Order: sequence, then structure tokens, then C-alpha cells
Amino acid sequence: MTGSIALSVNGRRHMVEAAPETPLLYVLRDDLGLNGAKFGCGLGQCGACTVVVDGRAVLSCLLPVAALEGRAITTVEGLGTPERPGLLQQAFIAENAAQCGYCIAGMVMRAHALLDRNPDPTEAEIRAAMAGNLCRCGTHRRILAAIRRAASSRKGDRAGTPPPATGAGQGQGQGQGHGAAGATAGRVRS
Amino acid sequence: MRLGRITGILVAVAAAGAAAFAVLAWHPAIAPVAAPPPASPDVIRAGETLAALGYCASCHTAEGGRPYAGGRPIKTSFGTIYATNITPDARTGLGGWSLDAFTRAMRQGIDREGRHLYPAFPYTHYTGLTDGDVAALYAFVMSRMPVEARTPENDLPFPFSVRALMAGWNLLFFREGRFTADPNRDAIWNRGAYLAEALSHCGACHSPRNALGAEVTARAYSGGEADDWWSPALDAGSTAAPPWTEASLTRYLAGWDPEHGGAGGPMAPVVAAHGRVPRAEIAALARYVAGLAPPGQAGRAPVDRPVRVEDASLARGATIYAGACAVCHDSGGWAAGGVPYTAPSLGHRTTITGPDPRNLIHVLREGIAPASHARGPYMPAYGEMLSADQVTDLAAYLRARFSPDGPWPDLRETVHRLMPDAPVGRAGPSTTASAKEPPR
Amino acid sequence: MTAPLHVSRRSLVGGGLALMVGVPFRRAALAQGITPPAVKPGLPGSLKQAPRIDAWIQIGSDGSVTVLTGKAELGQGLKTAILQVAAEELSLAPAALRLVTADSDLTPNEGYTAGSHSMQDSATAIRHAAAGARALLIAAAGRRWGIDPAGIACAGGLVTAPDGRRLTLADLVEAVEPGAEATGQVPLRDPAAHTVVGRSLPRVDIPGKVAGGAAYLQDIRAPRMVHARIVRPPRYGARLVALDTASVAGGPGVIGIHRDGDFLAVLAGREYDAVRAMRALEKAARWEGGTPLPDPRTLFESLEGYPAERTVIHQTGQGAPAGAGRSVSARYRRHYQMHGSIGPSCALAEFDGTRLTVWSHAQGMFPLRKAIAELLSLPEEKVRCIHAEGSGCYGHNGADDAAGDAALLAVAMPGRPVRVQYTREQEHLWEPYGGAMIADARAVLGADGRIADWDYAVRSPTHLTRPGGAGQLLSARLLAKPFTEPPPKALPQPEGGGDRNAIPLYDLPRARIAHDFVKAMPLRVSALRSLGAFVNVFAIESFIDELAETAGTDPVAFRLAHLSDSRGRAVIAAAAERFGWGKPVGRGRGVGFAFARYKNLAGFAAIAVEVAVAPEDGTVRLVRAVAAVDVGEIVNPHGVRDQIEGGVIQAMSWSLYESVAFDPEGLRSRDWSTYPIARFPDVPDSLDVVLLDRPGQPFLGAGEVAQGPTAGALGNAIRSATGVRLRDLPLRPGPTGGAASL
Ligand code: FES
Ligand code: FES
Repeated sequence: MTGSIALSVNGRRHMVEAAPETPLLYVLRDDLGLNGAKFGCGLGQCGACTVVVDGRAVLSCLLPVAALEGRAITTVEGLGTPERPGLLQQAFIAENAAQCGYCIAGMVMRAHALLDRNPDPTEAEIRAAMAGNLCRCGTHRRILAAIRRAASSRKGDRAGTPPPATGAGQGQGQGQGHGAAGATAGRVRS
Repeated sequence: MRLGRITGILVAVAAAGAAAFAVLAWHPAIAPVAAPPPASPDVIRAGETLAALGYCASCHTAEGGRPYAGGRPIKTSFGTIYATNITPDARTGLGGWSLDAFTRAMRQGIDREGRHLYPAFPYTHYTGLTDGDVAALYAFVMSRMPVEARTPENDLPFPFSVRALMAGWNLLFFREGRFTADPNRDAIWNRGAYLAEALSHCGACHSPRNALGAEVTARAYSGGEADDWWSPALDAGSTAAPPWTEASLTRYLAGWDPEHGGAGGPMAPVVAAHGRVPRAEIAALARYVAGLAPPGQAGRAPVDRPVRVEDASLARGATIYAGACAVCHDSGGWAAGGVPYTAPSLGHRTTITGPDPRNLIHVLREGIAPASHARGPYMPAYGEMLSADQVTDLAAYLRARFSPDGPWPDLRETVHRLMPDAPVGRAGPSTTASAKEPPR
Repeated sequence: MTAPLHVSRRSLVGGGLALMVGVPFRRAALAQGITPPAVKPGLPGSLKQAPRIDAWIQIGSDGSVTVLTGKAELGQGLKTAILQVAAEELSLAPAALRLVTADSDLTPNEGYTAGSHSMQDSATAIRHAAAGARALLIAAAGRRWGIDPAGIACAGGLVTAPDGRRLTLADLVEAVEPGAEATGQVPLRDPAAHTVVGRSLPRVDIPGKVAGGAAYLQDIRAPRMVHARIVRPPRYGARLVALDTASVAGGPGVIGIHRDGDFLAVLAGREYDAVRAMRALEKAARWEGGTPLPDPRTLFESLEGYPAERTVIHQTGQGAPAGAGRSVSARYRRHYQMHGSIGPSCALAEFDGTRLTVWSHAQGMFPLRKAIAELLSLPEEKVRCIHAEGSGCYGHNGADDAAGDAALLAVAMPGRPVRVQYTREQEHLWEPYGGAMIADARAVLGADGRIADWDYAVRSPTHLTRPGGAGQLLSARLLAKPFTEPPPKALPQPEGGGDRNAIPLYDLPRARIAHDFVKAMPLRVSALRSLGAFVNVFAIESFIDELAETAGTDPVAFRLAHLSDSRGRAVIAAAAERFGWGKPVGRGRGVGFAFARYKNLAGFAAIAVEVAVAPEDGTVRLVRAVAAVDVGEIVNPHGVRDQIEGGVIQAMSWSLYESVAFDPEGLRSRDWSTYPIARFPDVPDSLDVVLLDRPGQPFLGAGEVAQGPTAGALGNAIRSATGVRLRDLPLRPGPTGGAASL
């Protein structure tokens, strides 16, 4: 049976016609036309569908819409747009933190919830918080770098100073040239 | 003065008692040894198996810490005790312990320096171990990598902080002695009895404890507690449906049984450790434990019955079940091609059929995760996803649908107590939801 | 110049293709078949198959420039790198270019996007085509102005004469010689002057992917779209013997149930209705029979028991007598492993009554078109396959099958786009795995500490069952009138399949290398990133370490002593230096090294790792890794770094954790709880990538170079940490035995 359910998504209120047990993921993607949350397993095992509800990362593939009335849902679309990405999204872009990118919207939302609660996490805390989200392309180190970068630019924002550039590996600079972050290139003439 | 005399006598008696008690409570230190004699790899390997059967690492390893380096807080009703570092580190671990010192600790609960250990360390069970097994455990422990890790001070209020008082406790509740086989039983049963009683110390969790924290032997295996989880009864009081058999227990203790599922909470590390020992040992344990319940305890079949949808809480629970749980738990069970590690019906689960809702709440809150990179049962954690009221609705629904017994009393209070940080649901699901038929 | 191109359904793909209207377009550029025949064998890269410049670079009447590639974005950063190459030669900003990837109606046929070939084939073609297009524009301007083209410049979308006169590309487009072919002779821009190539241009696709843009096939929402879910047999070979459709057909939102033999699907207007109906249909279907699988405990014995075709792929020095010395031998094995893309396969198809359009994230749009045409008995021209991005692709996964399913259902429901989405379990169970393999190595180590004789045989099933024909699509084999799967084929050297990288790059005076090709496929298998190279490099690099140990020589020195290839030596030296090879590590730690040149003709990679092994349970953690790679001229350093990082982490996961679980009853790895992979806590603390750039040298491709060396280095590091030599992948020291004696 289908009912009318009021949902608050990215600060906007929507009336959704759906069976009350419909997992949020299908409503976000199919009814609200949002692309961020992804179907990865539908079993709560991979995190591709992660969104934030009232500040906490949740798996939208397993959360019935009926359980969400009155709660504030945030998806990756709520943090920014491709043209005007939010701070965390900018960090992911700056660190090239996506290969196929299929896991990434979930990663961004998991990281968003983490930084909200713990603005200055240690490396171990980041890894532990992200452990439930799977990435098959092996983008993990870029993602970790992006989260660290976002954490320090938030700090920078609060302190009123420009965000520090975070080197991704050891001893690399920023920028577009050869030898930038995480990879060093020696040019060999041949 | 009469009163004075009486007081005097009392004081004298008390003093004499204290003196006697002091004699009882006093134990000499055992001189440290430089290094234990080298043990053969076979003995170390045997000790490794025994340590897995005793799942020593599960207490003696802190969250994220080095194995056997101690530091894990053990919460008791008297306060918090920290498991010690049992790596052979000279300053903070068992370095310097001779086999005699180790044996005394295992069998009498007295450490090398002569101090009493608390029975959170199950010497009350280990006392039954054979000399050979104690020696093998010693050889294994001493072959670990030494880790310098100081064990935190216990957090026990007076008078429990006085270790010497354990002498009195021992006098009341502790009987030292080796395991004796029952000649009327077969060798496998006896092996299982030895493992269960002495090494695996099953009763430590599965038996009730008295006000002073001692196992009530008269009601052994009728169910107990661990870490605010309830431990199911293994005797006639078991609610397992269908009843446990040797075969199903063997599978369960090795990791997973299609009917009864896998272990959660404090039992999870036990099963994880048991999964690494030779199957024959597990089978022996299973024979003994299966025999604790009267044979042929029929009538316990899994239940799956219609739920009254007029009850708004149950209807909300039904909706949550349909959206969150059904994808796995209505998939027919692993054996039938459903989602891995699911049973044909949740009516098989003692978390739902048992007398206490705590384990179900714990599992819903924290989920189940296999050890890293191991195949094993998995369940997502709902503690960040559902509010305490929603978990209450879901638990009530599961109970109503899958247990032949009535609702749990105090369910809501228990959920709120165990989930203080749960998200707050600001409104219940819409009324349309409550008119829904529960999924069949 | 030609009729405007009409792109049907362009609205579905986010409007990108709408901009193509008015672009000159010729089908003549397109060749047919899986491996398109070379029409101009002498030309560089894929120009061999499609020599016309406008197959690759098209200039619209408005002056807009479109780049076309027959390769697809699989998450490897192809789009960005291709745009950089084209932009460099055209002296345009990458953002000024439009890009069309694999589309059987629009782009050249470049077969599959596989084997680290995209840069080698496509970027090379585009580089020359772009240079050719620049020359055409300059020539046209020269004619217009009546001056010598030599002095004319073309940059920033303007063609400028020495006297300052200027024309835009739009001014010139009509004057460009139509149908010109690339010669490969037009001089390319001097690498020293490059401003775009060699720079870490941020990936063009990431902003959309992190902010919810329509980035994936999964994001296409067509009007009147129907959601389909498939119900698969519970095991290989099971037959559908009874089906009660009544209860499901009446379910909420169900549009129809489609059954053709054992191919069973349910269609609904809303996705969640399709999900629910699929679950109900699963319960309403009764399957019987099935093909038993081998006993996993005797997997390798059964692999040895299957008949095999032996090919000796390399022989040298056989005339001379075998040298004397110590004989060493070892056997290495690999269990079945899976792709496990994070998103299960998806496809969309629409049939308008005559033409079928399929959107797929498979690796080859032209081979897929051929397979689907055969499946539906349609002429190939009536089928169009368009690549749209899906979840990361590491070889032949379920994507082609999903496209086949969508095609079958779309034809059954003309006029309505049908979207097929597999479940996680379906992807895990039905994707073709990387096959189980055995490699036997034997060598004689001479008294001089050098390898005197080398004998190696690798036994492997096929690594290619990708479509090209309908019989390779899963559902085609389930139909009432089934297609049969063609017999598996071995891929020939020099690239090879199971024998890829079976020939060491080392200097061996006497060697014999054989490939035992096994036709039996008890489990479905196909291409998994790097094919047999993963196993062969693991085996060779483990064995080299075993020999070095026997010789009492440092493993890196031993490698260098047997390698004259200068680029190989350079990556080995670079990795060893950056890693600090030779420095001692703590107890429970170990270091390992490995090297390979992918396919012996593509990229070079040397990898050094440090592992920590927990003595209590034998858990291995990769703590630190350094990879030095030479993939020819680097177009995007970050892109290469990311491919290497991803390759190392994925190969680490394969090497340490992964194997497909099964028993005679069927497959057991149905989800992530039964097929565990690496997670964040497993990721190394440091992972340095050293890039050896070779400006002016051919592109060699980076996608697969790290896989084999990572496995070899890990095995060697575990040996160094524990004293235990592990020869089976995944590498599991285990809690007892070796670990207890630590
Ligand atoms: S799709 Fe929700 S956790 Fe995988
Ligand atoms: S970037 Fe592809 S799965 Fe994470």
C-alpha cells in the first residue's frame, strides 16, 4: 500500500507517495531524482548508499522512509553542486579522490558525518570511521587525504586563516606540474 | 563490666579470626626466573590450541591493542577489573614467572607475588586443568612477543579493592581440584566435560551468580550474564528452537549453524577462537553441552505467526522489518539460496525467543561484523539509524511474530537504557503505515 | 559537408550528445568485428583501424571541437588523459573540447577497453589525428590567404598568419579537405614545449561524481522507463521446472513477468516494486538439477586432471647442454578471484520497433553490438551500443550480461526503455571470475650464482570469454532456444592470456616456457585485470627470490644481475632507492621486492613493500610500499599515480584476502560477508609512487602494471618476516604452524 510521507531532504520538504517500508535509497533516486546515493548491495554491507540523517551516517538502502518522517536527510547534493562544490567535495576534487567514483558519494557523506562530530580526527579514527564503506578501485589513500584536507581547511576557516595545503604523500608540493602530490616524476630523456 | 567483657571477647575472637584469615590470605612470592626453559614447538602448538579453547586473548587483549598485552576492562557488578598483560614482558607482563608461579595462578588464583586474583579470572575453572595442559599453556604464553604494557589499576570501591578479602571468598566458594572423569560416560563426553568445565569455563557466563559474584553451582547452566548481555540457558531452560543437537552445536561453535546462526556479543570471540581448533575438540564440547539439556526436548519449533496490526507499535515495527530486515531475513535462509548467514526464519534465534531482550537490542544497535577478512555473519548496525522508540517497535514486532512467549516486560526502558545515544525520531511513521499487513 | 547527425535519445545522456548536431560524421570510419582489421597497418595506434582524421577529431560549423574515442571511461581517468592529448596537439584548453567515448554509431571501433591499451591505442591515434587536424586547418588557411602554410600558427581556436591576420575554426571548417586521412607523419609538438600533456590536470569527471551530477548509466532516468529485475537459477545448469506467476503478476506495480526458457525477469514501473516482485518471484520459482562444482579441497588436483593443450611459448639455449648446479623447483597456485565492482551491473535498452539502442558499461561497444544483434537476429546496423559509465570495471564482469538482458526485455516491450539492475548477489554469483591457475617453476642455479637453466609451465583456463557472439551472454544460454557458448580460446602471445608474462624479462641463457591451456571451466571465468600476468609475475618473482636466497644474494642485486633491460633496471633502482632497500626492519616485519614489465611490452613496475605479520593469528598487514613505474610518456602524473595506487591496493586485497568460496553444491561467495575484501584499516600507512617519465616515448598504459609485482613483493615480504614461503594466492600464513614458532 502506498501512502504519503513527508520527507525533509537537503533542507527541502517533499511529499512522497511510496509504500512506507520503501528504503530511502529508492525514494531519493527514483522519486526525488537525486544521483548521489548509490545502489551497491542493498544489504547494508558496502556503504555506497550512505546519506546523513540528523547528523549521522546511515545506510539508505535499509532505512524505510516511514522511519524518517521529521528527520533531516542530507545527501551529497546537499553539500554542493558540481559547479559549486562544498568544502568536503572540493577536498575530494583536489585530491583526485575518485577512480570510478561509484563509492565516493557514500564516502563523502560518511566523512561529512565524521567531521561534524569530530572535526579533528586522527588517522586511526578516520580509518575506523570509514571501515564500513568499501572501495574496489583502491582509492582509499586519496579519500583519506581528502578527509584530512577537509579537516584542516575547516580548521583554517575557523581560525580565519587560509586552508593549509596538505601534501598527500611525503614531501610533495601542490600544483599541477610534474612531481605534484603523492607522485614524484623524474623526467628521463630517451 | 559485662559489656566490656563481651566486647573484649568479640575483639579477641575477631583478632584471632583476622590472624587466622591473615594466615589463610598470605601466600609467599615465588622467586622470578630469568627465562623459562625452551619448549618444543609441539608443546607450544598444543598450548596455542588450548589458549584458543580458553579464548584467553578475548579478555587479555584491549580494544585495538596487542594480543595478550592486557588492558581490557572487565565490567563486574562490583566495579571494573582490567585484564592483565600475559605476554612475557619482564616489567609489565609474565616475564620472570616460573611454571610454578603460573600454575599457582591458574589453579589457586594467586599471582607470582602472592596476591589474590579476582575470580573474573576463572581460576575457579582452570583449577581443573591437567599438569600437562597448564605446562603447555605456559609454554605458549611465554613464546609470545613480549609487549610492554602496564595494566591499568582496577576500579573497585572499598571493600572489594582489598584483595586479601578474596581469601574469604575462596573459603566460601572455591574448591581447588583437578577434573575427574565420569567412568559411566564415553571418552568424548569426558573430554567435552573437561574442556567445558575447566578450560572453556562455560559456566562463568552461562550459570547464574550469587550476590558475591560466585557461580551458583546448584543452578549451573541455567543462564547467566556477561557484559550486560544475557547468556542463554544450556539446560532444560533453553528456548532454542529447534533444540540444540551435538551436530548443530558443533557447527555453531566452529562459526555458524544454519538453524541457530552465529554468535554475537561476548560469545563472538569465543566462537572465533574455537573456529581455529581441531574439530574433534569442538565436537567433544558439543557432546557435553548438548547433554546438559534433557534429551528429546521436543515441542520447540520455530514460530512465525500473524501479528496484530491494530497495535500501532507492532504495525510500525512491521514496516521497519519490511524495509530494513526482510531483504536478508525473509530471503529463505542461506541453505535455501538466500542471503548468506541468514536462517530460514528468525524464529530460530534465541535473541528473539529468549526471556530477555538485551541481546536483541545489542545486536540491533551494534550489528554483527566478522573478524577482518574472515567470512562470517554480517549485520549492519542500526544504533545510528533508528531511534530508541523505533528499535522498541521493531523488537516488539519481532517478539510478537517469532516467539511463542508473550511480550518482554520493560522493553522500552531496556532499549532506552542500552541506547542512550540513539538518534531521536521526531515523529512516528505515518498512519497509513500502521494499516499495513505484516509481511508474511 | 554532410547531413547533420541525428542522435536519438540524446536527452537521456545528459545533453552531452546534443552538441554533436551538425558535426560532420561518416560511418565509413567504422570497422566491424571484435578486433577490427587493420586497414592501414603502418599507422600508429588505432589509426590502423580508422585512419580518417574526422573519425577522431571533428570540428563543427560553429567551430566547436569534438574528440572521439572508441575506448571507454572505466574509472581509469581515460577521459581526462585523452582530452589532454588532443588539447596539446590542437593548442586548445582541454575544457574547450567535447569528448565522445565508445558509441557504436559515432566513434571508431577500438574493440575492448582492456589490457592497458587505451593510451597506447586510442590516445596515440588521437594525438596524431589532432596533429593532422591542425595541419589541415593550417593548410586551409594557407589556401585562403594564398600564403605558405609554414608560417601559420594554430592555437587557442585561432589560425594566425605571420602578418597577424586571423581566422577562427568556424571560418575554416568548410574549407578543410574532407575525408583526409592521418599519415602519422605530421610532426607532433615538441615534448619540451608541452603545456597540457605531462601536467596533473584534475580529473574532469570528479566534480560530477562527488556532487551528485548525472555521472553514471545508473543515473539515466528515461521517460516511461521500466525497471526490470532478473531471477537467476540458484546454481549453474539448474532448470526452471515450476513457476507460479499468479501471485507475483498481481503484485503492486508489476507490469509483467518475462519468461523465455530459464531466463526469468519481472518488470515494474517503479524500481522498488520490481525489487519486491523479484523477491516474490524467487520464491515462486522451483529449480532443479544443476552442474556440480569441484570439491574445493581438491580444486588444484582437479585442475591438473583436466586435459590441457600445451604450447611451448618460449625456448632458448636448448641446443647447449644444461648447466650444472643446484636444482630448485616450486609450485605456485591461485584460487578463483572475482572483480567485485562496488556497483552491480546495470543496463538500459530501448527498442523503437526497428532499432535497438543499448546503454552499457561493458568494455566493448562494438563486440557487444555484434553479440546483441546475433541474440535478437537483428542486423548489426539496427543495434547501437553506447557506453555510459558504471561502477569501476576491472575486466569482464556482469556488464555485458546485463546489456543482453536489457536488450531481450526491450524487444519484448517496444517503445519503453528497460533498465536492468542486478542485485549484489547476482553480480557475485554470475560474474566471470579470474580462473584458478597452477605455475610450476624449476631452475638450475649455477656455481657462479647465476641462473643456468629455467623451466616453467603455467596451467590455466581461458582469460577471455567476452562477447563477440551471443553465446557468451549469460541469458542467451538460458533461453528456450539457447545459444551455446563457443569453446574457450587461448589468447596468443605476445600478449597472452593465462601465459601473459609467463616469460621472464630476465636474461636466461637457457629457458623453456610452456602454457598448458585447460578448456574445462567448472566456474565461469574470463578476463580479470592483468589476466594471467598476476599469477605468472607472482610465481616468477617469488621464484627469483627463492633462487636469490639459495644463491645467498640480495634479491634486488640478484634481479639486477639478471636484467640487461635498461628501463627495467631504472625502475628497480628507483624503487630500491626510495624504499631504502637493505635497511633492517623490526621483529615481525619483513620486506619484499618484485618487478615486471607488463606483457613484456608495456609498462615497467618495480615494487618494494614492508609487511607486519601478527604472530598470534598470522594476519598480514601491508605497512609501506614504494612503486616505481615507467609507462612511457606520462600524460597526467596524478592519473598514473592513482592507477598505481589503486592497482597496489586492489592487488594487495587479492593477494592477502580473496578467494571465491564454493562447494560441490554451488558458489558460496554471494556477498561481501562471503567474499571479504580490503577495507580502510588495511590500507598501507604510506604508498609512494615514483614516476619515471619518458617524454617522446610511446604511451605504455598504467592500468595493470602494479598487479603482479604487488603479489610477488608481498609473498617475498612474508617470507622475510616469518621464514615461511607461501606459494598459494591468497597468501595466508595462518595462526598455527609457522606463526606459533615466531
Ligand atoms: S547499498 Fe546500502 S550498504 Fe551497500
Ligand atoms: S572509486 Fe571505484 S569503488 Fe571507489
